[in-house]
Amino acid sequence: MDFLRPATWEEALAAKAEHPTAVPIAGGTDVMVEINFDHRRPEYLLDLNRIGELSAWTVGEETVELGASVPYTRIMEHLRAELPGLAIASHTVASPQIRNRGGVGGNLGTASPAGDAHPALLAAGAEVEAESVRGSRRIPIDAFYTGVKRNALAADELIRSVHIKKADGPQQFSKVGTRNAMVIAVCAFGLALHPATRTVRTGIGSAAPTPVRARVAEEFLNAALEEGGFWESGRIITPSIAREFATLAAGACNPIDDVRGTARYRRHAVAVMARRQLGWTWEQYRGTGRAMEGAA
Amino acid sequence: MPTTGTPTSLSQGSRTRGGIGESTLRPDGTLKVTGEFAYSSDMWHEDMLWGHTLRSTVAHAEIRSIDIAEALATPGVHAVLTYDDLPAPVKNYGLEIQDTPVLAHGKVRHHGEPVALVAADHPETARRAAAKIRVDYAELPVVTDEASATAPGAPLVHEGRGDHHSGHVPHPNIVHRQPIVRGDAGEAAARADVIVSGDYVFGMQDQAFLGPESGLAVPAEDGGVDLYVATQWLHSDLRQIAPVLGLPEEKIRMTLSGVGGAFGGREDLSMQIHGCLLALRTGKPVKMVYNRFESFFGHVHRHPAKLWYEHGATRDGRITHMRCRIVLDGGAYASSSPAVVGNAASLSAGPYAIDHVDIEALALYTNNPPCGAMRGFGAVQACFAYEAQMDRLAAALDMDPVEFRQLNAMEQGTLMPTGQPVDSPAPVAELLRRVKARPLPPEQQWLVAGEEADVRALPGGLSNTTHGEGVVRGVGYAVGIKNVGFSEGFDDYSTARVRLEVIAGEPVAVVHTAMAEVGQGGVTVHAQIARTELGVAQVTIQPADTRVGSAGSTSASRQTYVTGGAVKHACEAVREKVLERGRRLFGTYHPAWATAELLLEGGKVVTDAGEVLADLADVLGDEAVELELEWRHRPTEAFDLRTGQGHGHVQYSFAAHRAVVEVDTELGLVKVIELAVAQDVGKALNPLSVEGQIQGGTTQGLGIAVMEEILIDPVTAKVRNPSFTDYLIPTILDTPTIPIDVLELADDHAPYGLRGIGEAPTLSSTPAVLAAIRNATGLELNRTPVRPEHLTGT
Repeated sequence: MDFLRPATWEEALAAKAEHPTAVPIAGGTDVMVEINFDHRRPEYLLDLNRIGELSAWTVGEETVELGASVPYTRIMEHLRAELPGLAIASHTVASPQIRNRGGVGGNLGTASPAGDAHPALLAAGAEVEAESVRGSRRIPIDAFYTGVKRNALAADELIRSVHIKKADGPQQFSKVGTRNAMVIAVCAFGLALHPATRTVRTGIGSAAPTPVRARVAEEFLNAALEEGGFWESGRIITPSIAREFATLAAGACNPIDDVRGTARYRRHAVAVMARRQLGWTWEQYRGTGRAMEGAA
Repeated sequence: MPTTGTPTSLSQGSRTRGGIGESTLRPDGTLKVTGEFAYSSDMWHEDMLWGHTLRSTVAHAEIRSIDIAEALATPGVHAVLTYDDLPAPVKNYGLEIQDTPVLAHGKVRHHGEPVALVAADHPETARRAAAKIRVDYAELPVVTDEASATAPGAPLVHEGRGDHHSGHVPHPNIVHRQPIVRGDAGEAAARADVIVSGDYVFGMQDQAFLGPESGLAVPAEDGGVDLYVATQWLHSDLRQIAPVLGLPEEKIRMTLSGVGGAFGGREDLSMQIHGCLLALRTGKPVKMVYNRFESFFGHVHRHPAKLWYEHGATRDGRITHMRCRIVLDGGAYASSSPAVVGNAASLSAGPYAIDHVDIEALALYTNNPPCGAMRGFGAVQACFAYEAQMDRLAAALDMDPVEFRQLNAMEQGTLMPTGQPVDSPAPVAELLRRVKARPLPPEQQWLVAGEEADVRALPGGLSNTTHGEGVVRGVGYAVGIKNVGFSEGFDDYSTARVRLEVIAGEPVAVVHTAMAEVGQGGVTVHAQIARTELGVAQVTIQPADTRVGSAGSTSASRQTYVTGGAVKHACEAVREKVLERGRRLFGTYHPAWATAELLLEGGKVVTDAGEVLADLADVLGDEAVELELEWRHRPTEAFDLRTGQGHGHVQYSFAAHRAVVEVDTELGLVKVIELAVAQDVGKALNPLSVEGQIQGGTTQGLGIAVMEEILIDPVTAKVRNPSFTDYLIPTILDTPTIPIDVLELADDHAPYGLRGIGEAPTLSSTPAVLAAIRNATGLELNRTPVRPEHLTGT
């Protein structure tokens, strides 16, 4: 196994172009586990840790540009106001030591349905900035996950950053695991209210071959909130609407039975999380003034 | 010999500090916490090679061929060994039954069985070479439970058994069976006003010690080998290693290296023979370290069990009888299954006075992973079931579950199902009273004034699944009984060598035993005993090795009792020799030398009235006093194979728990808020260590209640979750507050009146948590661990 250590982003892109099978490594949360278990034996490891810009973020007007290697700890500490859903999700990642090293780029690169960042990114709305020696492009998060542990990256591309929409309303994230910390998701759910556009977005983790949005549930809720004038009145959401939203969210799942849980449980849990998060976010939307600038 | 105890006051001289009863700090504590402790996996030797084990990828198969050519040709590889390379006529080993092949011979019987060994100059080279060994398996049908193992025509896991249990078992796929019959359960059942019965399932728990199996074998010039290894019992290892190496035991010199936890999982051999074989073949030191994945295949697990229980009681709350059947899955090799069966059977009635019992316990041979010793050893599975029964009986009688238990609690003098009287304090009712009397922890601790819910106090924790919705509190109680020491007639002795001498003007005691310090704190306690008995401040504990006699196993809650007893015994004998010497040298100077009871205190010889007669340094002069002595506890006897009657146990250990849980009833997630414990320890030699044992045992019991389970595919008998990603053990956020109430009711048969303590808290913790979850949810929950699916009906 060769270890490539580019000093700059340009060198990294050149190395990836020359060795398209090279596996990029930053925090190593996923890559090192696979190597230690001998599940994977890459010909080249492409170490991105010398490239400082990958660990930087920029808060813009509409979006946060989050470097691929910004550790989860930094997201929790510095981006709670702009990216509340992702900040909550970051706090559920593994242990403090791993949160100090791992970043969203790794979650996206691995594209495991169990990655904790995915539901929050899907709910917030994001674009992945992929780059190669051929140039740069932005991949909408909805089009990024293409299969079980597969993503839309070309063989010569690296993830440079993620452009995530700044919260314009309350966001939530939950995951179910059978331990109260440091646990891989049995399933996860993220919800973001977008009062500016009067829409909601969702994200589901570990309950389908890829991270997915519960689109039918979103459409139902968007319509129900619009029809009932809920955004203007801020009144409590009718329990029947919440129930239907939860049922439709469960319907968006396509889970399996595995050592971590049953398919039936996953559907059930996603429904419970969807209903609770709708309650939490809506309560916050009502309580903190409807013109709020998202905070969690 | 003077019968000295711990002096309570001294008018003259100075009391020796750091003796028994004090919370002296352990020498390994700071090193472990700061990451500086040298574990067995940290060892290194110039020119050493790395060993690797190739393990079977299937559970049950004929091995048609093994092709090692490509592996052997790999640059950097020094040796590849298979069954054909074993040097001696003896090819098997085992704790009780020698049924375990050192390397598979024509057949594998479980997933992960060792098939071949590789030594190479780099661990990666060894691993990759092992992957090039081609094993042609012809798969055989698997047996995985009682039905498949005893079905007509079932494949036999071991053909042609000739072990000492094979004659009395009803089927060759049953390792051992122990019935116990006392009284007349049938007649008593007819008197019962209520009868409660139930089927219970206990999952397979792993010891999950943090330091994986590892050791270093160094070939010696005399053709022997020096083995440095993390184990629980050096001499038991030695007894099993020597025959398969074809070496006399004295040519295998074993030294204990840093042990990262054990919990029973190091009682069986792992890399010991393999490392020695590779070292002797290559003539080079060989180090072997399992990774976490391999560790799940490298040691036995706790027996999963299926249990059926029936209890009856009269309207006034008296238990009339108990019938039970306990089926333990021993997996492919016997390990300590026969002894686990004996424990499960003899302790199946729990700490209750029940005159009429009809008990059957057995262990199966299957193609599942081998199971053997783990903290609690057969008593854990039974406790889970009988405590569920106690709650159901109390409910059927509309009685308080604690009062019902207290009404039926055993006490000193009660007869065990085996007919053996309990001949030391058995404060079962008092332990229950104490945990019940504690104030309950405050409700809704997640509520923080003016702020969002503190999710750390809620089920789901940081995963943010509830802010209080669906959360219901439950409270549950349980109490258990565990035997201490090896039972059923085993010659359970230990050996201690103690030397007292003057170094640089100071008297120093040197204690040498083969006791495996696996984290239990034995090293600390031995020094305390030596200080108390010999009155010296300085005690040196020598490394544990096989240059001194056997200490027995660090298991069965026995080490402080038995090796502690041996150290005490050797110290007393050394002291007597010292006093003899003092009488000879100074007896004429003071009449008290002849008339008073003499002690060693604060580096001086003192009378029991506290008068100083001489400095120890003056008595000893340039001479050292050294003795190596064996010590044994009271003998026990075997259980009758038909009736189970017999005085099989040495001592019992009791603990009670009250569990308080919060359950998210919609998501099926559990947060254990508090596990209050009361335990009788006889005498706390080191109160801090006692607390540590109780906290640890309690937490390990919590683990099997709500998360820990090795999952086996029922079709292939393969392990599905051999990693810490999917075999979950409690984190500190899962660990509740553990208020501890320690009783010290002396057992007059034991050194200092002490009681073995390490296992009892593991027993009652699990059923207490289950009872609390049942209390919160109203569900029956007859299996452990409880998973979210069970709580949500999904």
